[in-house]
Amino acid sequence: MKSILRLGLLGAVRLLVGAHADWQGCAPEPRQRIYYANHSSHFDTLVIVAALPTELRAETHPVAALDYWGASALRRFVAVECLNAVLIDRSGQSSADPLQPPAELLARGHSLILFPEGTRGADGTIGRFRSGLYNLAQRFPQAELVPVYLDNPQRVMPKGSFLMVPLICTARFGAPLTPDPGEDREQFLARARSALMALADPQREPAVPAAA
Amino acid sequence: MIANPVFVTVTACVIVFLALCTVIGFVLARHVSAPAARDTVANLNARIRSWWGIVFVFGAALLFGRVVTLVLFAILSFLSFREFMSLTPTRAGDHRSLFLSFFVVVPVQYWLIGIDWYGLFSIFIPVYVFLLLPALSATAGDTRDFLARNAKLQWGLMLTVFAISHAPALLLLDLSRYQLPDALLLLYLMIVVQISDVFQYVFGKLFGRTRLSPAISPSKTVEGLVGGGLTAVLIGAALSGITPFSPLQAAGMSAVIVIGGFFGGFVLSAIKRDLGVKDWGRMIEGHGGILDRMDSVSFASPLFFHLTRYYFAT
Repeated sequence: MKSILRLGLLGAVRLLVGAHADWQGCAPEPRQRIYYANHSSHFDTLVIVAALPTELRAETHPVAALDYWGASALRRFVAVECLNAVLIDRSGQSSADPLQPPAELLARGHSLILFPEGTRGADGTIGRFRSGLYNLAQRFPQAELVPVYLDNPQRVMPKGSFLMVPLICTARFGAPLTPDPGEDREQFLARARSALMALADPQREPAVPAAA
Repeated sequence: MIANPVFVTVTACVIVFLALCTVIGFVLARHVSAPAARDTVANLNARIRSWWGIVFVFGAALLFGRVVTLVLFAILSFLSFREFMSLTPTRAGDHRSLFLSFFVVVPVQYWLIGIDWYGLFSIFIPVYVFLLLPALSATAGDTRDFLARNAKLQWGLMLTVFAISHAPALLLLDLSRYQLPDALLLLYLMIVVQISDVFQYVFGKLFGRTRLSPAISPSKTVEGLVGGGLTAVLIGAALSGITPFSPLQAAGMSAVIVIGGFFGGFVLSAIKRDLGVKDWGRMIEGHGGILDRMDSVSFASPLFFHLTRYYFAT
């Protein structure tokens, strides 16, 4: 039943917004990875999960905010049961480490999808990265860090709107970040952010393509 | 419709033709070895496979009648508009206009055909939507690129919704004195448009030497245009039996369709170059997006519709 709902939901996402995967810098392989993406819409999580191949989906968990995705039974069901999400408390009120649940999944060898800006940007630009990505990367150096640029979800459902416009979204997967032990936190986060921004300009065809 | 002997004959011809193409593609795939040629043949075979799907969907829609045909074209407009807007930059201020365009303008335009309201059908998008969308956009208060954003939105609607809707609008025309099922004229238009595209591609690949406009489309050649256009006119004239036209009139109509279709592909190629892309999407294997197949329909349909309406409809 759950798997039917999951297929239905992801099928609907693909039907409405395409959710194409464009593997530019790496292949869809079953390795442990932390995919990190720009965040501009509630559609982001749906698009990136729909873009992953089925065989990777079971062990790849989007990290989602408890205050939104846990706010109602329906949202919680979609996030946890359909999208395999792990919910984290970003309010800072709880004394426990908010990154503990995703860290446990990484310890079990699973992969994560992370939005390091922590919140949705308003105008399609990529905001400052929070330190969660750095902390997880430090604790799990064997996981590959793969930047994923999501093109168009902010136009599908921008922050503050409940109307959904069916434009075609693409998830562009870049090359994994190479580890650099000499880096401090700020340098690492800046490098991770610029690797993501480099994917923002699509590798489009030259203005006049060669003769076909 | 299914009992109509002309429809059955035309359908049989299309299927035989496609089967022949499939055989040729199969033989070519076994005999071609140069890497560039292999790519061309692989793309050719992908296109042929997709054609089976297109013919099946379109044929089924015509058989199921007017409502299903209108729904099919509404979906085609919706998908073409989606491809167009996905590649065209807009801003958050356009969100409500886009929502309205997808979920209200597209269905209403086709509903107007369904209820035979020709008057509103022909001015709904060019007049009322044209005034409504910028009004809505202005209330969002974002003036950056305002003119360009609204112009692009209107352009997309005119091309992918208004113009394309003139193909199924042929079902509106009263051609009862010719004793022909409604849908045959739509079938005629689609066959001539697509045959023209296909044979421009084939003649271009086989004999293409002189590029028409290298800056816009590297694959369009003078040889392709002349060869494909003449083939389409000949087939169009031969098919005059499914139209109200005499063979000579049918040849003239086909020439109009060929020229309109050519400029549709040409203008949309220019837009693709402007946007920096090669194809509109990837929904149809080997062809690109829906709009890569509908570009010629969008320019040919209004011309064919109005000529038929003016001279032949009662």
